[in-house]
Amino acid sequence: MSSTRNARDCAGASVTDAMTLPEPGSAGEGPARDAAPRSVLDIDAALVTEILVRFVRDEVRKVGFERTVVGLSGGVDSALALTLACRALGAGNVVPVLMPYRGSSPASERDARTVAAGLGTTPRVVDISPQVDAYFDRFPEADRTRRGNKMARERMSILYDISGEVGALVVGTSNKTELLLGYGTIHGDMAHALNPLGDLYKTQVFALARHLDLPREVIEKPPSADLWEGQSDEDELGFEYAAVDRLLFHMVDERRTRAELRALGFADDFVVDVERRVRQSQYKRRPPLIAKLSNRTIDRDFRYPRDWGH
Amino acid sequence: MTEPDAPDGSEAEPQPTSIRESGHRSDIVVALAQMAPLLGDVRRNLLRHLELIGSARERGADLVVFPELSLTGYFLKDLVIDQAVRLGGEEIGTLAAASLGIDVVAGCILESDDHRFFNASVYLSAGEVAHVHRKVYLPTYGLFDESRYLASGNRFRSFAADLPSAHPRRAWRVGLLICEDMWHPSSAYLLARDGVDMIICPSASPGRGVGPGAELGTATSYDVMTRTYAQLYTAYVVYCNRVGYEDGINFWGGSRVVDPEGRVMGDAAGRDEAMPLHRLDLAALRRARIANPMLRDERHDVVDAECERLRRRERD
Repeated sequence: MSSTRNARDCAGASVTDAMTLPEPGSAGEGPARDAAPRSVLDIDAALVTEILVRFVRDEVRKVGFERTVVGLSGGVDSALALTLACRALGAGNVVPVLMPYRGSSPASERDARTVAAGLGTTPRVVDISPQVDAYFDRFPEADRTRRGNKMARERMSILYDISGEVGALVVGTSNKTELLLGYGTIHGDMAHALNPLGDLYKTQVFALARHLDLPREVIEKPPSADLWEGQSDEDELGFEYAAVDRLLFHMVDERRTRAELRALGFADDFVVDVERRVRQSQYKRRPPLIAKLSNRTIDRDFRYPRDWGH
Repeated sequence: MTEPDAPDGSEAEPQPTSIRESGHRSDIVVALAQMAPLLGDVRRNLLRHLELIGSARERGADLVVFPELSLTGYFLKDLVIDQAVRLGGEEIGTLAAASLGIDVVAGCILESDDHRFFNASVYLSAGEVAHVHRKVYLPTYGLFDESRYLASGNRFRSFAADLPSAHPRRAWRVGLLICEDMWHPSSAYLLARDGVDMIICPSASPGRGVGPGAELGTATSYDVMTRTYAQLYTAYVVYCNRVGYEDGINFWGGSRVVDPEGRVMGDAAGRDEAMPLHRLDLAALRRARIANPMLRDERHDVVDAECERLRRRERD
């Protein structure tokens, strides 16, 4: 689930050329056996799955919970999060929640049901149309960005209500790409108790989804927040996940300089645009600012781990 | 209880009060208590230590090694202050009292009399604190923040441990390196030069670095380091890492013993809590040192002369 950001023109196209350049550090490892060139985003899916499944199990159980609740959109991120949660806790301990809006694509709900059923879970369905429409009937002028963000926050409030009802922690589905780009709704889909996907780029989410045999239709359809008809992440962002993931990897994980990125084939305006998105969305990734007065201000000099005592 | 490793630098070579009756054994059994400490709950962690010490003793272990900060958990932040123990305090006293018939290495935050806080591992034996190592290299980069909260130790020492030995005057010499200490090869060199037979490394290594390989980057690094030090210094390396998660960060386990020829003994542990046992043998160490006499051939005079030269240059 993502939210809306204004689409921006951005020259990401030239970066596809960079895909064929040899990756620094991989040159000496011999030719790949299959046709697919090795990518910096390659991960050992079995190892990552093990770490993430144990993460969910450990972080849920040790704080006294046994169950989780996952908002299921029909997209690959939430399908993967649900799969990991089921592996961690057993399908009986995971509540998938479908929250369609009347404008949502019927294919999304169908795919979500396929995923839920395939894992042996029983999904709950909460149509968010009445509450969203009741609100915007009063503000008919609202644009689709406002509407999309509102939907994401209504879904959050439903997940937290069910969380309280059944005693379950909310599992998040935001991947590293959308977190870094700020392509999500603060206090909407970005609100959750724990997130197994937050350190995986979208490309890696796809790789893990293939490894875990998620339904083909979920993996192969173009990524979309499905907040309005025909919405496409890549159209809206102005670049492809494959390209931006590689750029983010070199920029964020490897801390490469602008010159190094250029040498790798990334166009300057693409780099500038992505840097700006990361910088401008920093507030979404941090707790709210607190005006400091005392000598021990929460999170500034009152520093405790969240797993305190567990 | 006195601290043998006096901060004033007085150098009385600690001698074991007795070599434990061992018949003709040249080997010992070491248990690796690969566990997941609770974060910030010394009382419950202490109980867990007592259980595991009891279980290791029953299974015939002569020594049980716990991971780094096994009494407290790792990413403590401000909890460092609340979770600290003292050498004369109740918690170390309780653990020491459990070290009868089995030696124990446990990790804790140690508060000094002048109120500095150290990341320490204590070696307990026959009811006493036999040795204390305070982590020298405090990682403060990336996800690590140790120097913000902790003071660093200033010595690497091996000591004669009161472990069973076939020869009354040939005690096991043991040295401790805590996690990041291992990343500085000079630490292992100093212990080797100090005659170490067994380098014990209690660790809380956060797993990270996923790529195409089936092992985490950190796991690969420790595999290389433990095998390299063992082989080059012809000593046992006993590596005990923790497992579990803290605030989303995983600890990858993989505890193992590497023999003095650089071979991992049996299988390294996985990611679950476990307490594998390994048999370490001074006779095997003797054979390794005869086959690979690097320690005999080590030119300490050359090292000292070059270090002195570099020291002069760095002073200028």
